[in-house]
Amino acid sequence: MTHSSSPLAARVRHVEALLESRGLVDPVELDRALEAFLARASPANGARIVARAWVSDEFRARLLDDAGAALADVGLSMGGGLQVQRLCVVENTPAVHNVVVCTLCSCYPIALLGPSPTWYKSPAYRAQVVRDPRGVLESFGFSPDGEIAVWDANAETRYMVLPMRPGGTEGWDEERLAGLVTRNGLIGVAPV
Amino acid sequence: MFQVGDRVRTSAAAVPHHTRLPAYARGCAGTVVGVEGRWPLADARAQGAVVVQPVYTVRFSASELFGAGSHSVTLSMWEEYLT
Repeated sequence: MTHSSSPLAARVRHVEALLESRGLVDPVELDRALEAFLARASPANGARIVARAWVSDEFRARLLDDAGAALADVGLSMGGGLQVQRLCVVENTPAVHNVVVCTLCSCYPIALLGPSPTWYKSPAYRAQVVRDPRGVLESFGFSPDGEIAVWDANAETRYMVLPMRPGGTEGWDEERLAGLVTRNGLIGVAPV
Repeated sequence: MFQVGDRVRTSAAAVPHHTRLPAYARGCAGTVVGVEGRWPLADARAQGAVVVQPVYTVRFSASELFGAGSHSVTLSMWEEYLT
């Protein structure tokens, strides 16, 4: 079932139509806000943040301490949606691999990762990754070393994974490094 | 109020309203690993009320949550969800 044909989507459209008919929401304003937000939302944003963290230990330390504040360094913010969201970046190391989920719905930092993949929103991923993350990662063809830490975005915090910098990339500039980073890597279901 | 390092336990009761405490994490013991500031409690907001409470980052072992597994799962918990 696609998102737009689901019963929930039909209910949302119905509520939206009621709000518009009573003059509580301006449909043009709503479309404009959504389009502006989505036009800027891309995994290229997350990739730029990762590349900066790989080349600057100082930025990396601030990113891990207060990601929302560090974003300003690369011209980004978590304030582009309906409300400012709290961002937390979790760092992969040889000892710990991180993976992100929202078990209750599909919370996700859209501004930094682009619209979420269908599998991220699927009941199967949401139920299984907290119970058997290694099995889920193996279904993505990925078997990380070390312990696995799962982060459930069940409340107000949105998570992004900082992957480990691949070997053989010494001397690469930020733009070239950013080209290595994938959306799946930022969720934690791929190495990078 | 809780602090980083505190051992906490989540509420075991199923509630008859919207909540952001997932069923799989009810009645489980974990450790506070972070403090996220104060946010409107989702349960109250869904009922039209504004109740602002501290939110904590709480880490659980998979064995505590599911009785098996060697990984950890970290969630956010409004103060009301914890004892």
